[in-house]
Amino acid sequence: MSAPEASRLAATLAEAQRVLAICNACRYCEGYCAVFPALERRLSFDEGDIHYLGSLCHNCGSCLYACQYAPPHEFQLDFPRVMAQVRAETYRKYAFPAAFGALFGRNGIVVAGAMAVSVLLAFAFLVAFAGAERFASAWSDAQGAFYAILPHGPMTAIFGIAFLAAIAALAASFARFWRDTGERPGELTGRPCAEAAHDAFTLRYLDGGGIGCTYPDAKPSYARRRFHHFTFYGFVLCFAATSVATIYHYVFGWKAPYPFVSLPVILGTLGGIGLLVGPAGLAWLRMRRDPELADTRQDGMDVAFLALLFLTGLTGLLLLAFRESAAMGALLAIHLAFVLAMFATMPYGKFVHALYRFAALARYHLERRRPVPEAAAE
Amino acid sequence: MSALDPSRKWDVLVLGGGNAALCAAITARAAGASVLVLESAPIAFRGGNSRHTRNMRTMHDGPLGPLTEAYPQEEYWQDLLKVTGGLTDERLARMTIRETERHVPWMLAHGVRFQAPLGGTLHLARTNAFFLGGGKALMNAYYAAAEALGVEVAYDTEVIDLAIDDGRFSAASVVRGGVRGEIRAKAVVAAAGGFESNLAWLREAWGPPADNFIVRGTPYNMGVVLKLLLAKGARQVSDPTQGHCVAIDARSPRYDGGIVTRVDAVSLGIVVNRNAQRFYDEGEDFWPKRYAIWGRLVAGQPDQVGYSIIDAKSMGKFMPPVFAPMKAHSIGELARALDLDAAALEATVGGFNAAVRPGTFDHTKFDDCRTQGIAPPKTHWARRIDTPPFYAWPLRPGITFTYLGVAIDEKARMRMHDGRLAENVWAAGEIMAGNILGKGYLAGIGMAIGTTFGRIAGEEAARHVRP
Repeated sequence: MSAPEASRLAATLAEAQRVLAICNACRYCEGYCAVFPALERRLSFDEGDIHYLGSLCHNCGSCLYACQYAPPHEFQLDFPRVMAQVRAETYRKYAFPAAFGALFGRNGIVVAGAMAVSVLLAFAFLVAFAGAERFASAWSDAQGAFYAILPHGPMTAIFGIAFLAAIAALAASFARFWRDTGERPGELTGRPCAEAAHDAFTLRYLDGGGIGCTYPDAKPSYARRRFHHFTFYGFVLCFAATSVATIYHYVFGWKAPYPFVSLPVILGTLGGIGLLVGPAGLAWLRMRRDPELADTRQDGMDVAFLALLFLTGLTGLLLLAFRESAAMGALLAIHLAFVLAMFATMPYGKFVHALYRFAALARYHLERRRPVPEAAAE
Repeated sequence: MSALDPSRKWDVLVLGGGNAALCAAITARAAGASVLVLESAPIAFRGGNSRHTRNMRTMHDGPLGPLTEAYPQEEYWQDLLKVTGGLTDERLARMTIRETERHVPWMLAHGVRFQAPLGGTLHLARTNAFFLGGGKALMNAYYAAAEALGVEVAYDTEVIDLAIDDGRFSAASVVRGGVRGEIRAKAVVAAAGGFESNLAWLREAWGPPADNFIVRGTPYNMGVVLKLLLAKGARQVSDPTQGHCVAIDARSPRYDGGIVTRVDAVSLGIVVNRNAQRFYDEGEDFWPKRYAIWGRLVAGQPDQVGYSIIDAKSMGKFMPPVFAPMKAHSIGELARALDLDAAALEATVGGFNAAVRPGTFDHTKFDDCRTQGIAPPKTHWARRIDTPPFYAWPLRPGITFTYLGVAIDEKARMRMHDGRLAENVWAAGEIMAGNILGKGYLAGIGMAIGTTFGRIAGEEAARHVRP
């Protein structure tokens, strides 16, 4: 960690400790989400606690509007913003390999750069691999459509490697984060994981304690939860489409391209639509967001990730629609480029919030079954 | 400036922007009256002391909303009788208590949400309904509900005079942004709080000790409307030294420190004054039942300061205060850190320790740990202060709200000093709480009084203009 990074981490932790001490003496927000019951179990907050609480916070904003100490009060307590700043430090600190934590510094540029490089590489590779003429020709489904340009074997090899590398980096980050919470790896059993998965899949805590979160402004609303569902389930459906196609290929020997009315294509189409609606909605909400809620240094990271998801969905749908046309080669290059950029930046972009939030939720469910320390219970 | 348009005559003018004011405004508007609310604070600090509240003490004969079991009228009344020492009006008090039961559904209908009691609130789960997010969230819900109904709100608008002639209100003079204006209305609801933020008035009432008071709540309750009403012939209730006053950390901000300034260590240790002498039984009752008397106790000590002292055995056995304690490894060192006479503090602690009888400590019940042979005694939870490190928090009186107010009848109509009722003036909230709270305090009763009389005042004022 560089000296400016270290001093920013120290300043963020100090501010979090100040804020958490006020919250722990107040406790008015304890009904909103898991963060407050979790902080009430403690009398002091070490760095591991702060990373844990930061990722347990979903930035729903309800506590800011309810806070008697929020700016312009002299305590200047902006809980959602401080937790957002903590998450920025979490992402950097737990990146694997550690040196890549710096990629979170100017993440918007990093991700945009990854997209651009990826597109260039994809064009160069496909043109070189297939030859300019094949690349620019139309191929019917019967001729294999995109497999006429890039056969299944090399495609699987490239993306399999990128995907596994991303999974390995994410797993390493998760393990390091979990270790620093002070929990043993063996604690991560079925029950807390199932409960965390339930909370994550339903976005239980993006609800302001039952009335919708105060996002993008003071009026409670479920808009953010809905657009996040579109995004997340769109992503999941796309992943499912690929998984089903892989099973078709290897188990049944059914080769792509699949007809429009087939499970992989239907799943992929629905997923693609989710990736258009969800990220567009989230981007629209964040444009109208109360600036008090945000750590604006993360704007680049947030927008880049939303753009990447949106473009992945859009290019996927275009490729599907025009897969038998002469534009297929170019569309394939662009779509594969975005997918590749997504895999490459997954451990070094906004995607990681899912990782740490899941870990934090699982820990919360472990912790909540333990007796409250006497001190904090009074 | 349309709200302050001088050609307009409002049906109901509400003075103040806290819980009682908004309950009145919503009720009057729902009954068809045009309503203007004058809030002296800017929008960020709207809501008076209500923004620092958290719950409402609520009667119920069975589980109700967030409330468990039952809290019958009689028990509620006995609790109130005990803290006020009889300085209350039984008819008004019982009516308030009965009304609280019907507030919960009304509050839900106006966007207020309650929370299930959790860690820090369990001991009040039966008697007090907790607002999700606390009083500021409640006020946000009420302002949203009021605006949806068409109530107009003028922020940063201060009342400087009231035209009240022989109990009949006609207009309020106001200032906003340095511009004077006059607002006419057919009825007025005074819900502008007490005078706890007015240091000069506190000094008038308490003398020089008031200079050491900390105002725990809003800086905007200057008592302007209260003073005007009294000057225009309203009958006064209670006296200016009565109020809800707790002992809070002496390092708290002068205003608006709210809930986090509390120090809950008192019943676990001893409290000494400037001369290192104890002055009251720290273990008389459970802290939630006693916190409200310690403000006055500290106010009665030299320089209005006290020091709550515990040892390592008690550290961490209470809600964490926001300010770190002074810490020392001997009583003498602690005395020097607090700028107290070391020999005197050592003598006090030594005398206390020698007086502690053997017993079984249990902070969750009235245990048998007490002192013998010292005055004042400590009747429960008395343990020797002998295990370093030692910790101390400096205490000051923290004024939450004052009880001096205007007299009202059961319909919240203001009473004039000759006993007649004002023709078109109603009062609700802190400004009339002294009718029920002559002294002492019961957690959550301020919101019970404000909601009850706010709703009644709004209803009655609307009925007056639209019979």
